[in-house]
Amino acid sequence: MKSNSNKNSIFSEGDKKYIKKSTFLSIIPGLGQLNNKQFFKGVLFLSIFALFVAEMLLFGIPALEGLITLGTDPATDHSLFLLIEGALQIIITIIFLIFLFANIVDARKVAKMRCINPENVNYSVKDILNHTLDNGFPYLLTIPAYLLMAFSIIFPVLVTIFIAFTNYNFRNVPPTNLIEWVGLDTFRNLFVFSAYRDTFLAVFSWTLIWTFAATTLQLIIGVFTAIVINQKGLKFKKIFGVIMLLPWAIPAFITVLTFSNMFNPSVGAINTQVIPFLDSILPFVELTSVPWKITTFWTRIAIIMIQGWVGFPFIYVLTSGVIQSIPDDWYEASVMDGASAIQKFRFITLPHIFTVAAPIFVTQYTGNFNNFNTIYLFNEGGPGSIGSGAGSTDILISWIYKLTTGTSPQYNVSAAVTLIISMVVIALSMFIFSKTKAFEMGD
Amino acid sequence: MAKKRKLRTQTTTNRWKNLFTYIYLIILSVIIIYPILITVTSAFRTGNIMAFDLNLSGPWSLNNFRRLFQDTLYGTWYLNTLYVAGTTMFAQVAAITLSGYAYSRYRFVGRNQSIKFFLIVQMIPTTAALTAFFVMALLAGGLNSHWFLILIYIGGGIPMNTWLMKGYFDTIPIELDESAKLDGAGHLRIFWQIVLPLVKPMIAVQALWAFMGPFGEYMLARFLLRRPDLYTVAIGLQTFINNPQDQRVTLFAAGAILIAVPICLLFFYLQRHFISGLTAGGTKG
Repeated sequence: MKSNSNKNSIFSEGDKKYIKKSTFLSIIPGLGQLNNKQFFKGVLFLSIFALFVAEMLLFGIPALEGLITLGTDPATDHSLFLLIEGALQIIITIIFLIFLFANIVDARKVAKMRCINPENVNYSVKDILNHTLDNGFPYLLTIPAYLLMAFSIIFPVLVTIFIAFTNYNFRNVPPTNLIEWVGLDTFRNLFVFSAYRDTFLAVFSWTLIWTFAATTLQLIIGVFTAIVINQKGLKFKKIFGVIMLLPWAIPAFITVLTFSNMFNPSVGAINTQVIPFLDSILPFVELTSVPWKITTFWTRIAIIMIQGWVGFPFIYVLTSGVIQSIPDDWYEASVMDGASAIQKFRFITLPHIFTVAAPIFVTQYTGNFNNFNTIYLFNEGGPGSIGSGAGSTDILISWIYKLTTGTSPQYNVSAAVTLIISMVVIALSMFIFSKTKAFEMGD
Repeated sequence: MAKKRKLRTQTTTNRWKNLFTYIYLIILSVIIIYPILITVTSAFRTGNIMAFDLNLSGPWSLNNFRRLFQDTLYGTWYLNTLYVAGTTMFAQVAAITLSGYAYSRYRFVGRNQSIKFFLIVQMIPTTAALTAFFVMALLAGGLNSHWFLILIYIGGGIPMNTWLMKGYFDTIPIELDESAKLDGAGHLRIFWQIVLPLVKPMIAVQALWAFMGPFGEYMLARFLLRRPDLYTVAIGLQTFINNPQDQRVTLFAAGAILIAVPICLLFFYLQRHFISGLTAGGTKG
């Protein structure tokens, strides 16, 4: 507060008026800069503004109009094109608004500087270019990343949001038909009415069970193995270490397809080799063939076990790294205080693992929430059908896939489910990240 | 007396602990090796088998590998995948190295907002936007084209990996840059000659991940590439095994080995960098 009032007192009434004028003028980009006697910058900004106005008149206004109507005549209008063009125009407009804002800030800053120490202001073309290159370097570095993200994340997200509010499905396919805005109808179908709700709830609850069970299994095996292998004085540590890494090194789709074949209920290796073998060595238990891929229950058990196999090495490697980074003096100090081995483990090793690795553990949960490969490649979401195109082991992401690629595609439902998935994942990650220090990493 | 007894019970518990440790590790190893061994041996078996099982009786031959290249499009799929994965790797690593460096080293207007933006965008499951990609591909001619897929792969990994890259750049002391700046080095020179050589391990790890991604990605590739001569190996190999009437498991096994072996070798070669990369980026530990 104090520095603020000091700052104000630097400027005379005339200065204040001048700063206000520069700021106000730059609502049309360039005018503020011209008022600051920065001619090169002013002309440059003015031409950017002119370019935007021209773009808006020629392309932008029709595009936004098209986005609102989504076409009126199926003979001439292609609703999807209109939708995409509208989305593109929105992004262009947002970029322009950011530029507008930056330009106002710039005009204000330069105007202030002209009042305090005028000799620091750049007027010549060369000075301005040098200054821009110097300060603009980090922006330059991030441009490729932003362009690529615009194509594969920002734009698709925008389009997905739009489609979720339309009636785009196999009955309305442009160019034969027009698409229309239907508001929240699709979401209402998913939550309140019709057969979709039952399917949605069934798939959603299995997705949650699957995420929790598979990831927790990964975590338990991974953390436990890391603790076991990192014991002092273990022999063959290297060999065991390499073996434990194998499931991570092999591309997961190969593993899942192989297991899919091995779990074949009639000829697969699990029923023809493993179970008879276990039956012969285990006393008192009678083991018989298990109906993998035939009943929902056993298919789910198989998928969860497979994900444990595929996913534990990542956790194991991470946890090993954390365990090795614990300083020895922590343990020595605890021994002095009379800690037992179990106490050392409970109060030093375990808490340390979870504080350091927690954010990455979370990504494992969100990863499995969207683990298409394991679910789909094992049994294509089957066995059986639970309506609306979903099988009994389908999770949301594989249901989306079926909704989009099936014989009667429901693009709008698929888009709505995508939005719901994203909301869940983002909410969960935000919650966990806010509990950890990830958000403070900015500086 | 009492002390001696305590010592003895301690050695007995230790013995039990050791026994348990080795039994656990051996069982786990068997569970890991069993399916791998099945795949490897099946690749060299002759004749047509319906399903995988562990059978070490032979006879062995390289027949499956020959058939793979003569009778199927496997060679084309492999080249397609190398092309997609290679391009993805180069472009993505370049983009994230630049942006990670900017976020680690420069303080500029909008930096904090844009870091938070990355963190949130990173959580969005891109592949789920299948419908949007379908519409975009439909209108931009992206169906049956590799470049469309490549662009999605590159962009999808950028937020998360920029984040990891920034974390790794943060571990390089900034004093290095500052002293170079005093010696008159410019932005590019500091980046290229001073800092970049020090993050090579992380670049290698990122490159491997970016390269491995397209090898294993199934959903988008299956969806966008509809002509068999454009398939990547993941889709191609699945066609050997997804038809219950026509199971070509030995061919699948042979094809799988030709993918898994090089990737495993790369993986183990770069493995020691994984932990530092993960913990430095993910947790600033």
